[in-house]
Amino acid sequence: MKEMRVAYAFIERNINLIKRYWGWEVVWLIYSLVNSLAVTYIGAGMEKITGQTLDTQYLITYLLVGTLIWSYLSVIFYSISEMIAWERWEGTIEYTFMAPVSRATHLVGTTLFAIIYGILRTLVILIIVASFFNLDLAGANLPGAVLLLLAGSVSFVGLGIVAAVLPLLYPERGAQMTNAAAAILLLISGVYYPVETLPAWLQVVSSASPATYVIKGMRGCLLHGQSTRSLLSIVFILIAAGTAVIMVGLFIFGRVERYAKRTGRLKRSG
Amino acid sequence: MSTPALEIKQVSKVFIKKERAKRFLNKKKEKVVALSGISMSVSRREIFGVLGPNGSGKSTLIRLLSTLLLPDSGTIHIFGHDVEKEEFAVKRLINRVSVDAAFFKKFSPLENLAYAARLYGMPIRQAREKMRKIMLRLGLKEETFTSPMENMSRGMQQKVAVARGFLTSPTLLLLDEPTTGLDPYSKRDVQAFVREIREAHRATILLTTHDMEEADRLCDRIAIIDEGKIIALDTPQGLKRSVSRRNGQDATLEDVFIELTGKKMEEKEQDK
Ligand SMILES: Nc1ncnc2c1ncn2[C@@H]1O[C@H](COP(=O)(O)OP(=O)(O)OP(=O)(O)O)[C@@H](O)[C@H]1O
Ligand SMILES: [Mg+2]
Repeated sequence: MKEMRVAYAFIERNINLIKRYWGWEVVWLIYSLVNSLAVTYIGAGMEKITGQTLDTQYLITYLLVGTLIWSYLSVIFYSISEMIAWERWEGTIEYTFMAPVSRATHLVGTTLFAIIYGILRTLVILIIVASFFNLDLAGANLPGAVLLLLAGSVSFVGLGIVAAVLPLLYPERGAQMTNAAAAILLLISGVYYPVETLPAWLQVVSSASPATYVIKGMRGCLLHGQSTRSLLSIVFILIAAGTAVIMVGLFIFGRVERYAKRTGRLKRSG
Repeated sequence: MSTPALEIKQVSKVFIKKERAKRFLNKKKEKVVALSGISMSVSRREIFGVLGPNGSGKSTLIRLLSTLLLPDSGTIHIFGHDVEKEEFAVKRLINRVSVDAAFFKKFSPLENLAYAARLYGMPIRQAREKMRKIMLRLGLKEETFTSPMENMSRGMQQKVAVARGFLTSPTLLLLDEPTTGLDPYSKRDVQAFVREIREAHRATILLTTHDMEEADRLCDRIAIIDEGKIIALDTPQGLKRSVSRRNGQDATLEDVFIELTGKKMEEKEQDK
């Protein structure tokens, strides 16, 4: 109970950050929105590009699913990895690390916020983008899709923790490094194309990315109405792998925090 | 005898500074000895001062006590809890105010303090009341409570920082130059408040300052450190007495400071 109250500190902090930096928030939302639109228009324009008759409707939905899921997963990833970066920018890191809060509690608060925020943000983008195209989700398995998305969040929370370590190690460049990490995930996870398109060696790497399974499963649900029962094994694997990544992430975080305390990297000035 | 509030034994801390040398691949590693073999003990409800020139290791010592740094060697116990092994027990007992008033600058003082209160698991309604009381007590105006911190002057921000330290009623309060940048009235406000919480909450206080008068007025005992070593430790009267005996005239704490830390400076000058 008390732990939940402490975890709420991070939720409230993040809500306040959004309120105070709303201009930034709007810009970022527009960026994601335009990005999603642009990608989806590639599908819409494919007949004109190739001069052949294609199932444009299918292509649009295919790309839209990719871009929306990616938008959701990357919000989770960034929100978690920024849990340290923000404190670095503002200089409050020493005060937060001095408080009697376990990193697990810190993470629970940050994760709850990230998931709610990610869902709301993705919904906004979905509603706006959907108004540009006429989507056909008649045969889609929506409950299955939601289940898959939540299961996929677990591993992205884990990846976020690993990325959160970077600003701890590299006060200046850490936050930028997480961008590079996200870009690599985007490339290898089959967000806009089937992973089979990639060279063989990248396909091997891609099988290690949780997003690969989430996106593949989502397409199964939304485009082919794949049944929830047939998804259960993927859901199970995603949750198990995600939990393992979180454990490893927390372990790495603990080690790096100790290292930072040995070498004096928490300090900013004074 | 009850366990002391703070027990430091043979604590040392060295930082490695990476000097990027002109030539590639030839990174020189320079060692900075911040603290070397510090031992001291502070009893409960004592106001203990740590004085020393810039860079003598005062802030490093305070960071070691607040679990933000780990010592290279030696042990630190706070109310009997080992700082390294019983990190959380220690964290619950302490709070720290430092020179740099670090806050979320777009948040108001109340929002910043609420964040702190939640981190320490305080019931929020109770905490809100306490924040107001402390900030008013420190002479901050009600209308500043809800506007962004970035609009406040440095001194006002420093007062919010002091309020944050007091908010959680720590049993050991670590004050790293809490009054630097405050006007004389505000300084007195903070000093009176420090005494008050010692009486009211039976708190122990460790204080660093460059204001000799403040140290003289507040502290029960004072350690003077220089280049990471304790070079004197006594009551303010004791320190003054020892110096005036040598010089044959009444000494202020500033005289003591200059006498004890200045010799080194002269020696260093001669070395050059
Ligand atoms: N995180 C750190 N990384 C590297 N060196 C550090 C770090 N913290 C302190 N130092 C070095 O350790 C020495 C002691 O610094 P410290 O901040 O403890 O001094 P101080 O007594 O608080 O000085 P001041 O009166 O200026 O506040 C200095 O040489 C400083 O450069
Ligand atoms: Mg200092």
